[in-house]
Amino acid sequence: MTAHHKMDEPDRRNRLDAMAQGIVGVGMDRPDGPEKVSGRAVYAHDGQVKDMLHGVMVRATIAKGTLLGIDEEPVKALPGVRAVLHGPRFLRNPAQGAAGEAPVQGSAEIAYFGQPVALVVADTFEQARHGAQSLALRYDEAEATVAPGEAEAETPEDKQSATGDLDAAMRDAAFSVDRTYTTPPHNSAPMEPHAAIAEYRDGKFTVRASCQMVKYNLDELADSLGVDAADVHLLSPFVGGGFGSKLGISAEAVAAALAARELDRPVAVALSRPQVFEATMRRSETRQRFRLAADADGRLTGVGHEVLVSNLPGETFSEPATQATPFLYRGENRVIGHRIARVNRTCAGSVRAPGEAVGVTALEIAMDELAQAAGVDPVELRRRNIPEEDPSRGVPFSSHMLEAALDDGAERFGWSDRPKGGTRNGEWLIGCGMASSSRVNLLNDSAARVTMNRDGTALVETDMTDIGTGTYAILTQVAAEMLGLPPDRVETRLGDSDLPKGAGSGGSQGASSSASSVFLACERLRCEIAERAGCAEEALTLKDGHAISDNRQQPLAELLQEPLSAEGVIHPGDAESRVRQASFGAFFVEVGVSAVTGEARVRRMHGSFAAGRILNAKTARSQCLGGMTFGIGMALTEELMHDPRDGHIVNRDLAEYHVPVNADVPQLTVNLLEERDPWTNPVQAKGIGELAICGAGASIVNAIHDACGVRVRDLPATLDKILPGLPERAGREG
Amino acid sequence: MQITLNINREECPLDLDPRTTLLDALRNHLGQCGTKKGCDHGQCGACTVIVNGRRINSCLTLACMHEGDEITTIEGLGAPGALSALQGAFVRYDGFQCGYCTSGQICSATAMLDELREGWPSHVTKDLTGEAALSDAEIAERMSGNLCRCSAYPNIVAAIREVAEGEG
Ligand code: FES
Ligand code: FES
Repeated sequence: MTAHHKMDEPDRRNRLDAMAQGIVGVGMDRPDGPEKVSGRAVYAHDGQVKDMLHGVMVRATIAKGTLLGIDEEPVKALPGVRAVLHGPRFLRNPAQGAAGEAPVQGSAEIAYFGQPVALVVADTFEQARHGAQSLALRYDEAEATVAPGEAEAETPEDKQSATGDLDAAMRDAAFSVDRTYTTPPHNSAPMEPHAAIAEYRDGKFTVRASCQMVKYNLDELADSLGVDAADVHLLSPFVGGGFGSKLGISAEAVAAALAARELDRPVAVALSRPQVFEATMRRSETRQRFRLAADADGRLTGVGHEVLVSNLPGETFSEPATQATPFLYRGENRVIGHRIARVNRTCAGSVRAPGEAVGVTALEIAMDELAQAAGVDPVELRRRNIPEEDPSRGVPFSSHMLEAALDDGAERFGWSDRPKGGTRNGEWLIGCGMASSSRVNLLNDSAARVTMNRDGTALVETDMTDIGTGTYAILTQVAAEMLGLPPDRVETRLGDSDLPKGAGSGGSQGASSSASSVFLACERLRCEIAERAGCAEEALTLKDGHAISDNRQQPLAELLQEPLSAEGVIHPGDAESRVRQASFGAFFVEVGVSAVTGEARVRRMHGSFAAGRILNAKTARSQCLGGMTFGIGMALTEELMHDPRDGHIVNRDLAEYHVPVNADVPQLTVNLLEERDPWTNPVQAKGIGELAICGAGASIVNAIHDACGVRVRDLPATLDKILPGLPERAGREG
Repeated sequence: MQITLNINREECPLDLDPRTTLLDALRNHLGQCGTKKGCDHGQCGACTVIVNGRRINSCLTLACMHEGDEITTIEGLGAPGALSALQGAFVRYDGFQCGYCTSGQICSATAMLDELREGWPSHVTKDLTGEAALSDAEIAERMSGNLCRCSAYPNIVAAIREVAEGEG
């Protein structure tokens, strides 16, 4: 039994609200929690097998050129070394999200410093590492371009747009802003480095890897190896964080599989932390010019957003920094510009909320500058500029929660009685700032199978992943709700390519898409049960393992002579083009800026978010905490630094690339607003994993301005950028 | 070289390359993969284990230096169905998301609470000779050697606070 549903029409039935179990939405503990807190959860490199060899990747140390030779022999002679591998199937860079085919391959041509070019395999990790460090590479070096500002830039026609006359709007504006903002490259830096253990037996590969999107990764891996997808079994039941960096298959998985076949032994390969920085996706740096034109009341008449981003030559991905600009605020005169510089730097791809993470952040700093210029409260300025419909596409919003989020956030934070900007508290100058948040909402094809057993248990199966996002919890809850079972009677199995193909985790569509597929499968099962109970599906109540209809109650087991199984498949449809779908939120933050050093610290931070139906209040909140913290990192510390000579990443470890630590993050507060958006999907859930980073950094940068008068337009707002602006105000006692 | 390590009260004989870190001995030679490798450079805390009651980064120490030491890993603190108080609190407070830093966080927190009890001061302790208060700032400061990219930090602090207060 398979139930397909294509999202062409709004679904206003809100079926989950009519169910009786009462478990969806509840902040249930993660079912995978006990395994994780006791060290029993098996991540990619934990599935160690007998006779396993260890491989260590070797990187190129030039930015561009040809690999002339590899001096294999001396390394092969080292104790324990089994092989030195390289060649045309090695990946130059990871696959982009949802590619579903091999990325650029081959270790002969070098396109960036840090590119993986060879693998040394040995009996032990220590031997392999020594071999890798000893391997000499000979190159024919070519002239590289590493600085985006000096590179040739492409201007793809389909990424430009203009309506009305922005120049005239800027001329006639009562208030305007014309500023350029820059953000540096970022790394996802998941705590689990990319790793794989590969086995090859009877013509078939089994690969345990750390993957966000198994259905695409399976095809990418098979294509990279030059084999049929049917000959690859990919497993990814636990993923130690992804944030975009594990969307596509990466070098270590392909190298491990090639080595396993070559040596007829299981092979484990994990990237070192420096290799994660150099050889997995970076978020492109951005240069973003914003032009905002407003009338005397601060109402926008024009919005211009022109960006320069970069990537390797030939790569199709380019940081979609303008993604939310077309619909976030009103204004009839609009310009969108997008240029891509071609550089020899580590491949650019998705890092948590590609597009809006940096795009909305720059926009929200510009809006703060406009609020200041117009003398309008920043919250009020945003309220005045909420459009009636998508101003670029002329279609209605499926639902619009920005105003609700602004009001709720302002109220909870105490925006109206915030301390006056510049108030002095010992060494610290206090300031407050805010920003809107928005992220486009997506749906992806997703399938799941749900099986009901006679013993009153159910099994949910899909190759969907849980990268910390809470998938194990929410799919368990949706099935428990629909089938009327206590959640501990439902088991969810994920991350196995033999299971029905789920959406995968990426672009904040995983929860809503996979939950929809489970919903559809369960709805199908409910129809079957209703038939057996002799009632209509709508009249059937399932609760605590019992079927109730027409005042008759009977145990589900009595209605099941054999296990009952159904598959549900959700497909995106016309809803995408008929309406504009987005999730919205607002950030409010209080910072302290040291009058002595210029260091900025977040003192408190609140986020109010609307992301459709919340499937699990606890895990959804945790996703928001994570997003807001990424925002703290983006605002204050995170920056990949490329050497101007050869583009190599100078700060390629966690001591020098500063992700926020515990002491950098105060007790963040989060409020999730109730929303039912009928256009999204049958469970009415929207993306939340990325929403809380989009604009978060701007609220902090705006608060710094409020605190000390320094407007940072080049992120991150490190002390060297703040200190020179301080002296005049620093002496003032508040 | 032949050594014997005492891990979670069990004697484990090993034949190791002297370059093997305690972390790699646990993972690659004993198959005890609860202890995680996040950086191998002492920068993230994912590999934290407890040696003779003190928390250390197991990637920064060689296995052969620990003969005769009492080594406790996350597997030794509790198991599903028999979780330690901290492990249980981490589940209830959602003190993790992906779970990869979690073994290190919990080992670190277990030993950190002992440090607090014994009156060790930290960077944020006001009075170096008096008792350190169990404030959020103290917990956050003392747990800052354990990175969490999922940023469960507020929940980690809440989980530790609950356990510490329950004991206090
Ligand atoms: S793995 Fe030991 S500190 Fe990171
Ligand atoms: S839970 Fe994912 S890094 Fe901490």
